[in-house]
Amino acid sequence: MSKTLPPEYYQLLEDIQAVDFVLVELTLYLDTHPNDYDAIEQFNYCAKESRTLKNHFEKQFGPLMQYGRSYSNYPWDWGQTPWPWQV
Amino acid sequence: MFTQYKYWKPYISPYDPCPPIRVKSYSTPPNLYLHFQPPGLPQFKPKEALYHGTLWPVLFSPYPDPHKRGDLDE
Amino acid sequence: MWYYEKKLQYPVKVRECNPMLAKFLIEQYGGADGELAAALRYLNQRYSIPDKVIGLLTDIGTEEFAHLEMIATMVYKLTKDATPDQLKEAGLGAHYANHDRALFYENAAGDPWTATYIQAKGDPIADLYEDIAAEEKARATYQWIINLSDDPELNDSLKFLREREVVHSQRFREAVEIIKEERDKKHFF
Repeated sequence: MSKTLPPEYYQLLEDIQAVDFVLVELTLYLDTHPNDYDAIEQFNYCAKESRTLKNHFEKQFGPLMQYGRSYSNYPWDWGQTPWPWQV
Repeated sequence: MFTQYKYWKPYISPYDPCPPIRVKSYSTPPNLYLHFQPPGLPQFKPKEALYHGTLWPVLFSPYPDPHKRGDLDE
Repeated sequence: MWYYEKKLQYPVKVRECNPMLAKFLIEQYGGADGELAAALRYLNQRYSIPDKVIGLLTDIGTEEFAHLEMIATMVYKLTKDATPDQLKEAGLGAHYANHDRALFYENAAGDPWTATYIQAKGDPIADLYEDIAAEEKARATYQWIINLSDDPELNDSLKFLREREVVHSQRFREAVEIIKEERDKKHFF
């Protein structure tokens, strides 16, 4: 049983993937440049931006993180499709 | 500045069975030349970064070789 | 502790139905220079590496699992709707006989993954140079797979993964500089 996802799903997901990618790049950079103040500022700013986008995404499409790092709806929807390799 | 690709001409023997590839190339990406990344380098915007695979243009390594003429090698 | 986030790091798209590519892609799933080897290598080395570099090994190791998931996604999309005949034609007959459409940690030749693909010498210089070499080998492997593929959307994902190897190599080279402890001395590049 397949559900059709609205275009907004893909757009929001892309926005999240983009900001999370910046966070990954900054994380690796900061691992070898721990004293770069500007990079840390940018990192924390993006971290907040990522949370905001994910809250928005999760309200419509369910939890992104497991073990309580995202809230659950009723009934439990962590296991709902699509999983990332099915999208 | 550095170039992203290097080229060389392998020795061609008159007894080689197959039509020779005259010029071969290999990738020499920025990580070979950058040393310790200096702070404050220009960045891509987030979506550009995602689609390039890095936040910093200086670290971008195009593939295949944008200067390749036809399919000479590799 | 590990947490899983239910999204791919990069939006993987596959345009063409060409199961033969799955046979080559699996090299980066269960092969010697693939993402599983990378993840396990770095995450294991971090228990004995000097403290100042543990963060980097943890973070790159974690990212490699995200890349493993991307390769799995590509293989999944290329094989999930293939018939046994199509799989046989794609050179995946032997794989299908054993696994149906299940993925498996093997290389393109069908050899199963082995811990002999990784090393942990306990010496930070040896370990970091192995890591740099691993990233360069992975970069090269992605080049060869891109050469084998005509699918422009699949190639976007492969080029992303190749670029990640370049960046990881850069960070490991920086880690070597950190370990050399020459950073605070005057140097001009």
